[in-house]
Amino acid sequence: MSELPPRLAEIVGEFQEVDRTERLDLLLEYANDLPDLPARFEGQELERVHECQTPLFVQTEVEDGDIVRLYFAAPDEAPTSKGFAGIIHAGLDGCTIDEVLGTPSDFASGLGLIEVVSPLRMRSVGAILARVKRQLMERAAA
Amino acid sequence: MTLAADTAPKLQAYAHPERLVTTDWLAEHLGDDGLVVIESNEDVLLYRTGHIPGAHHVDWHLDLNDDVMRDYVSPEAFAAMCSARGITPDSTVVVYGDNFNWWAAYALWVFSLFGHADVRLLDGGRAKWVAEGRDMTTDATAATPSTYPVVPRDDATIRAFKEDVLKHIGNGPLVDVRSPGEFSGELLHMPDYPQEGVQRGGHVPTAQNVPWKRAANDDGSFKSVDDLRGIYEGELGMKAGDDVITYCRIGERSSHTWFVLTHLLGFEHVRNYDGSWVEWGNAVRVPIEKPA
Repeated sequence: MSELPPRLAEIVGEFQEVDRTERLDLLLEYANDLPDLPARFEGQELERVHECQTPLFVQTEVEDGDIVRLYFAAPDEAPTSKGFAGIIHAGLDGCTIDEVLGTPSDFASGLGLIEVVSPLRMRSVGAILARVKRQLMERAAA
Repeated sequence: MTLAADTAPKLQAYAHPERLVTTDWLAEHLGDDGLVVIESNEDVLLYRTGHIPGAHHVDWHLDLNDDVMRDYVSPEAFAAMCSARGITPDSTVVVYGDNFNWWAAYALWVFSLFGHADVRLLDGGRAKWVAEGRDMTTDATAATPSTYPVVPRDDATIRAFKEDVLKHIGNGPLVDVRSPGEFSGELLHMPDYPQEGVQRGGHVPTAQNVPWKRAANDDGSFKSVDDLRGIYEGELGMKAGDDVITYCRIGERSSHTWFVLTHLLGFEHVRNYDGSWVEWGNAVRVPIEKPA
């Protein structure tokens, strides 16, 4: 299994150290910390993550040829999806393309959230990551 | 002691007006002795971002479902859940939630399985309360633990199992409240929702499709009794004495329709099949109807 980028590994560690209730608090913190979508994306059609139960949109960019930038839009009424996006943003924004592509798709199983968020909802984390990776690969192929 | 029913004119036309309260009524009665307010959402984090002052959280997944077997919590666990929130058998429990009260209706239905006498829905749910600019808070709600008796769960009166549905085919109305795409088998899950791992698409033979949303206004409140009668009695030809089973995907949207038929229209024999399509579409050798 490939290794997690350092910041994402730290986040997984944070979740593992706390109990069930604190994990939900932590997830809410990541939801609150997710940066707003920059104004320059307004009016653009972003890719929707259809696997999420509530609207969530993702856009990737690459800076300096190799640094991945992640942008998300999610409504405040959907803090769980927003929290998932917040974890991925905090863990992978600023990583290299190879680091993001090498992130195991099932990294979220280490967050210990399945018992509190329900297995179905957890699948959306993998779905967000899969879409991020696909956008990066398409960019590389273009 | 339970609280007197909301006397708002809109509610009086329903068969059991005492099962609903308006946002005005709730705002006026917040903090009354004997009232416990419960928020129950689809999104497990939403309560933490803000809730009606004094409301307690009940999560469908963590508090109402058993964590090992696919079933509702045991009578002991239900009693403990109520006790932790200061609920007594005499409490008036008002439930509200996100997404058109799906999970609020589900919670109300689970409270009813355990025979809690006075449990009501907030008409319009969380969205209407917020849209009206009413108070929300992130303050934790304190409760003095109460004594709640261990009451057996009644799984026969308002709950249907797969075997009941099999016997029901051809013998009584079945209402499938999913979206038309799910009903036809074209979709195995709700539009824009994750795939839920169902093997087969379609519907239970003889079921009629009335998406749950038809019972609700856009602000989340219930439609008028005349509109509701037009749909369920007029279009479907059902009558108050009929033995009816509702189902959806995992039983939450069909709790909404169960509430409409039972408490707003006064149908006396409505059961919710909570196994719903996630069970039926995975079960071996149960009949499925699907357009060619």
